[in-house]
Amino acid sequence: MNLVPEFAANLLAFLPEWIQAIVWYGVVAVVLFVSVILVMAFLTLAERRVIGSMQARIGPNRVGPGGVLQPFADVLKLMLKEIIIPSRSSKFLYLVAPLLALIPALATWAVVPLWPGFTVADIDAALLYILALTSAGVYGVVLAGWATNSKYAFLGAMRAAAQMIAYEIAMGFALVGVVMAAGSLNLGAIIEAQRGGVFSYFVWWLLPLFVVYFISGVAETNRAPFDVVEGESEIVAGHHVEYSGMAFAVFFVAEYVNMILIAALTSVFFFGGWLSPFEGYPVPAWLAAPSFFWFFAKISFFLFCFLWFRATFPRYRYDQIMRLGWKVFIPVTLVWIAVEAVFLIYKIGPWAP
Amino acid sequence: MKTPASIFKTFFLTELFVGLWVTLRQFAFRPNVTILYPEEKTPQSPRFRGLHAQRRYPNGQERCIACKLCEAVCPALAITIESDVSEDGTRRTTRYDIDLFKCIYCGFCEEACPVDAIVETRIHEYHMENRGENIMTKDKLLAIGERYEAMIAADKAADARYR
Repeated sequence: MNLVPEFAANLLAFLPEWIQAIVWYGVVAVVLFVSVILVMAFLTLAERRVIGSMQARIGPNRVGPGGVLQPFADVLKLMLKEIIIPSRSSKFLYLVAPLLALIPALATWAVVPLWPGFTVADIDAALLYILALTSAGVYGVVLAGWATNSKYAFLGAMRAAAQMIAYEIAMGFALVGVVMAAGSLNLGAIIEAQRGGVFSYFVWWLLPLFVVYFISGVAETNRAPFDVVEGESEIVAGHHVEYSGMAFAVFFVAEYVNMILIAALTSVFFFGGWLSPFEGYPVPAWLAAPSFFWFFAKISFFLFCFLWFRATFPRYRYDQIMRLGWKVFIPVTLVWIAVEAVFLIYKIGPWAP
Repeated sequence: MKTPASIFKTFFLTELFVGLWVTLRQFAFRPNVTILYPEEKTPQSPRFRGLHAQRRYPNGQERCIACKLCEAVCPALAITIESDVSEDGTRRTTRYDIDLFKCIYCGFCEEACPVDAIVETRIHEYHMENRGENIMTKDKLLAIGERYEAMIAADKAADARYR
C-alpha cells in the first residue's frame, strides 16, 4: 500500500519511507486542523449574524468589513484573559478536560471523506471509529464538571452524560440503517452507494432515520434546544461555569467543531457527501461532477439548520429530553430498521442489485 | 385526550415547522430594524425633551423674570432659584440651578414658564466627567440657549399651532 502520494514522495525522496509518511500526515493534519478551526471561527460569526437577522437585528459588523474580523477579535480577547483555576478543584483534570473535549472532535475529521478519492485515513471501520470518538467527547465534559468541584458544574456534567447516553443509542441505531443500506462501514463506500443524483440519496428511504440522526446530533453537541447541559437559567453554565480565557475557548471550539462534524456526517450518511445532486441530469459537466464544493454546500446548509434551530426553539425541559431520546427516538429507529430489513430482503428500493 | 390529529401533529413536528417558518421569514424576507447609531439616528419630534436651556430676547435681555413657577411645578425638586432686584430695577434670578441627576425631563418647567425662558432642547447626547457637572447653573443654561437659539426657536415655531 502506498501511504504517501507520489508528488510528496518525490519531494521527500531523501528520507526513509516511514519518515516520509510521518511528515506527509503531519502536514495534512496541520492543514486540516487549521481549516477546521478557520471554518469554526467563521461559524461563530455566521451564528451571530444569522441569529441576529432572525431577530431583526444586524449582529456584529464593526470589526473589519461586515464584521469578518470579529472572530479574531474574540480570540485575542480570550487569550488576554486570565485562566482562573478554582482553589478546591483538581487542577490537572481541570486543565486536561477541555483538551479531552476538543481532541476527539478534531480526530474524527481524519476519516471524513473530503473530496472524491481523498480521506486523510481511509479506514474500513470508519463508522465505528466515528461512533467511538464522538462518544469519547463526553469525557471532557464529565471530567470538567467533576474537576471544577462545583455543584453547578457537576449537575451540568451529569446531564451531559445522561443526554449523551440517551442520544448515542438512537444515533447508533440510525447509523445501523445507513450501514444496512450501503453495505459498508467505510464512509467513502457509503457515499459511493448513493451515486446517481439527488433521488439516490439515502435520505428518501431512510427519512425517519435522518430526522432522528440529525436531531440526536443537535442533542449530542448540546446545542439549543437541547442545551440543558449549559442551561444558564438553571445551572449557570454547566460544566464550564468556572472556565475562563483560553480554557473556555477550547470548550467553545470543541462544541463548534462537533457541530461542523455532525453537519458533515449527516451530509455523508444521508445526502451523498461530495456527490453532486445533479449527477445524471442534463446540466453542465462541472455542475454534475462530484467535488468538495458540494460537500461544503451541504455542510453549510446543515450548519445553518443548527443556527436556525437555536434562533427558533425554546429549550427543552430535562425530562422531556430524556423522554424524547428513550421513548420516541429509539422505538422509531428500531421500527424503521425492521421496515428497512423487509425492504432489503424483498429488494425494494435503491439497494436492489 | 389524544386525537389522531394531535398525534399526527406531534409526530410530524408540524408546530415546529411553523416556528421555523417564522424565523426563516424574518431572516430571508424582512428587513432588520437596527439603527447603526452614530451613523444613523432615529427621527426626533420638535417636542423632544432633552438638555435644558435658558433663552434671551432678541435684544439680549434675559427672558427669565424669576417668577419661580418652574421651581414650584418641578416634581423632582430639581430647580433651585434665588432672585434679587437687578441694576435696571427689574426682578432677575441671581441663581438658577437645575440638577440633572434629579431632573426627570418631564417638561413641566417649560410648560409652566410664562415667558418661554426655560426650555428643553433636542440635545440628548451629553455627559459629565466630574462631580458637580450635573448642576446646570444659570451661565451654562444661558450659554446653551445662545448657542442653539436657532434650533430652539424653530422647534417652538413648529409646535406653536398645537398650543
